[in-house]
Amino acid sequence: METAETDEALLARLRSGDESAFLALVERYNGSLLRVARGFVPNEAVAEEVVQDTWIGVVRGVDRFEGRSSFKTWLFRILVNRARTTGVREHRHDTFDPTDPAVSPDRFDASGAWAEPLTPWEDGVDDRVVAAAWAPALRAALDELPARQRDVVVLRDVEGLSSEDVCTVLGISEGNQRVLLHRGRSRLRTALESELTGRGR
Amino acid sequence: MLALRRRDELACRQVVELVGDYLEGALSGRDRRRFERHLRGCPNCSEYLEQMRATIAATGTLTPDDLTPEARDEFTRLFRTWTAEGSDGPDDGAAAGDPTP
Repeated sequence: METAETDEALLARLRSGDESAFLALVERYNGSLLRVARGFVPNEAVAEEVVQDTWIGVVRGVDRFEGRSSFKTWLFRILVNRARTTGVREHRHDTFDPTDPAVSPDRFDASGAWAEPLTPWEDGVDDRVVAAAWAPALRAALDELPARQRDVVVLRDVEGLSSEDVCTVLGISEGNQRVLLHRGRSRLRTALESELTGRGR
Repeated sequence: MLALRRRDELACRQVVELVGDYLEGALSGRDRRRFERHLRGCPNCSEYLEQMRATIAATGTLTPDDLTPEARDEFTRLFRTWTAEGSDGPDDGAAAGDPTP
């Protein structure tokens, strides 16, 4: 993310009641907050309420935030606490689907080798221009992920939290986090592959 | 590609399931060696790993969704309401302080 001002600098301004600092934080995190909230509640309207509630928590709690965790971790913890207390759905106990392969089984032959060679993606994938071209497909794929996978992928790969912080925020084990991350990332790769090479899932 | 595999060799179908743990540094030494040995002989799985890395990198460059002007106005209004209420409002348990380590 190209951010001129750090979260900490914005927080310092927010402490003195600066409205533009608040709006900058909202601008920065509202999208991810909504994506994660949606994993806990049944619909968009409730997710928006939970997110709004989270921002009240930030405004009222900013004086008590001592920076022992990163702002992001604190923010998403407030969100998850709020989402849980709405008590609508406890998705942490969703049944675990053991048959969710990273790659569709029909891509492999009987010996388990790739049935057809993979089509290499264009070069320069690290190029920001290319990444920007992929963004619409990626966002759509992110929104279609199963809720628990989306929570983990948003926190780890979009927001860049450490695996430890993700486990703390979501209240899941390290092993569970790894499985959800693996599956979520695998699905995003499949979505990009079908976008880039026209290959169906 | 159809050559007989040694008993401890991984099939491509297994390799793609290990990519997650490989990227997280969570494979045992033995599994990591089997994984890397497979990659050395398999251009497809090497390409697959590169695609996973590219996917993760692209996800990390997603910029925040733009806030609609309506949402911006709404948050401005809310902020003014909340700060006008001051700290006399209902106490906010969940937001208090940092998470306990």
